[in-house]
Amino acid sequence: MTEENGAPGADGQEPSRRDFIYIAAGGAAAVGGGLVAWPFIDQMNPAADTLALGSIRVDVSVVAVGSEVTVMWRGGPVFIRHRTEEEIAEAQSVELDALPDEEARNDNLPTGTPGTDANRVLRPEFLIVKGNCTHLGCVPLGLGANTGDYDGWYCPCHGSHYDTSARIRRGPAPENLPVPDYFFETETTVKIGLSPEEASNSGWAVS
Amino acid sequence: MSGPSTYNPSTGIEKWLDDRLPIIRLGYDSFVDFPTPRNLNYWWTFGGILAVFLMIQIVSGIVLAMHYVAHEDYAFESVQRITRDVPFGWLIQSMHANGASFFFVAVYLHMFRGLYYGSYKAPREVLWILGVVIYLLMMATGFMGYVLPWGQMSYWGAMVITNLIGALPFIGDALREWLWGGFSVGQSTLNRFFSLHYLLPFVIAAVVGLHIWALHVPGNGNPVGLETRKGKDNKKDTLPFHPYYTVKDGFAIIVYLMVFAVFVFFLPTVLGHADNYIEADPLVTPAHIVPEWYYLPFYAILRAITFDIGPIDAKLGGVLAMFGAIGILFVLPWLDTSKVRSMRYRPLTRWFFIFFVVAALGLGWCGAVNPDDFVLGITGFKFLYLGQFLTFYYFAYFIIVLPVMGIIEKPKERPASIEAAVLGSDKA
Repeated sequence: MTEENGAPGADGQEPSRRDFIYIAAGGAAAVGGGLVAWPFIDQMNPAADTLALGSIRVDVSVVAVGSEVTVMWRGGPVFIRHRTEEEIAEAQSVELDALPDEEARNDNLPTGTPGTDANRVLRPEFLIVKGNCTHLGCVPLGLGANTGDYDGWYCPCHGSHYDTSARIRRGPAPENLPVPDYFFETETTVKIGLSPEEASNSGWAVS
Repeated sequence: MSGPSTYNPSTGIEKWLDDRLPIIRLGYDSFVDFPTPRNLNYWWTFGGILAVFLMIQIVSGIVLAMHYVAHEDYAFESVQRITRDVPFGWLIQSMHANGASFFFVAVYLHMFRGLYYGSYKAPREVLWILGVVIYLLMMATGFMGYVLPWGQMSYWGAMVITNLIGALPFIGDALREWLWGGFSVGQSTLNRFFSLHYLLPFVIAAVVGLHIWALHVPGNGNPVGLETRKGKDNKKDTLPFHPYYTVKDGFAIIVYLMVFAVFVFFLPTVLGHADNYIEADPLVTPAHIVPEWYYLPFYAILRAITFDIGPIDAKLGGVLAMFGAIGILFVLPWLDTSKVRSMRYRPLTRWFFIFFVVAALGLGWCGAVNPDDFVLGITGFKFLYLGQFLTFYYFAYFIIVLPVMGIIEKPKERPASIEAAVLGSDKA
C-alpha cells in the first residue's frame, strides 16, 4: 500500500495515511473474525475420542454359510453375510450397466473403481457393508425378514432393493451400501476400520 | 410506536423514570393506547395466543432441563422418570410436549389468516418475513426437541432428516458428519441438539420482538384490508388496544387454553407416537418412520419428488422442494400482484385459497401414510400421486395463481372505510 502513495486515488486525491489505516484495520478485523470463528465451527466435528473408536474385531467363524449378522461399528450397523455359492454367482453375473450406481463404493479401493462383485469383497464368501440405506439412513431388512427382489436387502422406509453384493438395484437410494475399511486378521477374524494397506503399514498381521 | 405518544406520567416516580428509561411509555403506547382497527375478528387473536405459548414452552422447558439428562444411555430413562417420579413432572412434561403441538396449530392458523387477509402485502412485507423466520426457527426447535426423549422415532427421525443434508452436492457428507459430531446420530448429536433446543426459543423471543415492532409501525391489518385513516378520522376507524383487544385476546386465550388442558390432562400422549416409547436402537429401524404431525405436509413434498430433474437427482430434488415450500413464503409479498388485500373482495382467488388450505391438509394426510398405499382403497391411485398433485398445486398457488389473478381478476367493490364497513354492511 505505502508504495502506492503518490499515485492519485480514484477521486483524484492522493490516498492518505488515514485511508491506509481504515483498510488495514478493516482487513485485520475480517481475518481476525474468521480466525476466531473457526474454532467455534470446528468444535462440532467428530472429537478425537470419537475418531479413536475407529475399529472393532469380529469373529466371523460363527456366521454360518447362508446367514448374516449385524454388528455395531461407529454408532451404526455393519452387515456381515456369509454368502452361499448361488448368492456369489448371482452377484458376479450382474452386468455393470444393469447397476444404477456403477461405482464400487469400497473404502479399501480408490473412488471410481467399477462396482463389480470382485471389487466389493476381499473374500467372495464374506460380504461386509455398512448397514444404513444410502437414501435416508434406515437399516434395511435382510435374511430372515425380507431380502427384496434381488435377494440382498430391502429397505422398508422407501422401498430400496439391494442385491447379494449390497448394490442398489431399484428404489430411491442413490448409491450402493458402502464397504468399510476392513481386513482379515486371521482366517476367521475381521478387523473393521482399517484397510489391509493401513493395517500392514501399522504392523498388524494381515491374513 | 406509530403516531405521537399519549402517555402522561401521573406520579413523580413515573415521571422520573420516563426521563431516564421510557419503558412504561413504550408499554403504554404498544399495548394500552395503541390504535387498533375496530373490526378485527377472532382470527386476529392467534398472535396473542402464540405469545402465551412461547412463554409456556420456555417456562416448562427450563424446568424440564433441570431433570433431563442429555446422554444416549440416560435420556430415555430420564424422561420416563420425569413423568413418573418428579413431583408434577407428569404435568410439566405433558404441557411441554402438547404445548409444541398447540403452538404449531396456532401458528398455522395465524399464517392462514395472513394468507387470506393479505397481511403480507405492502407495507407489511418485513413483518411477514420476520414471521417466516420465526416459523423456521420453530421448526428447527421442534425438530431438535423431539429428538431429546431418545425414543425410536426421535432417533430415526433425526437420522432421516440429517441424512437429507447428505443429499447436498460436494459438501453433503462433511456437513452431515459435522452436524452429527460423529459417524452417526449419537451422543454428540443428542448433546448439541439439547444445547440448541435450549437456545433457539430465546432467539425466537427476540425475533418476536422485532415482529411486534414491525407490526406497530403500520399497525394491524384487518378483515376488509383497508388502512386506518390518518388524522381526525383515525379515531373512527380504531379502538384503543386496551381494553377492547386485551379482553378479546384474553377471551380467545382462555378458550384455547381450555382445549389445551383437555389434551394435557386427558389425552397427554395422543399426539405422540407409540414407537417413541421404545428406547432408541441404532440397529433397528421402525417399520414406518413419521415425523411429528406439524411437519407432515413438508414430509409429503419431500417424498413427492421421486424423479430426477435434469442434473438434480430425486433425493436432492425432494430436499430442495421441501425447503423451497417454506422458502417461497419469503418472496410471497412480491408474487401476489393484486393490490386488494382481503380475499373477501377477490371472488376467484378466494376459491383458490380455500383449495390451497385443502391441499395443505391433504399433503399432511399423504405425509402420514405409506406413499405406495392406495387413496381410499382405489386400486392404482397411490398416495404418491395424490402427494405429487398437491405438491404441484402448493407451488402453483404461489407461482401461477397469485401473480396471474392479480392481473385478470376483477375485485368486488370495497367499503369506503373501516368505519363504513363496521357501521354499514361490510358486504358492500
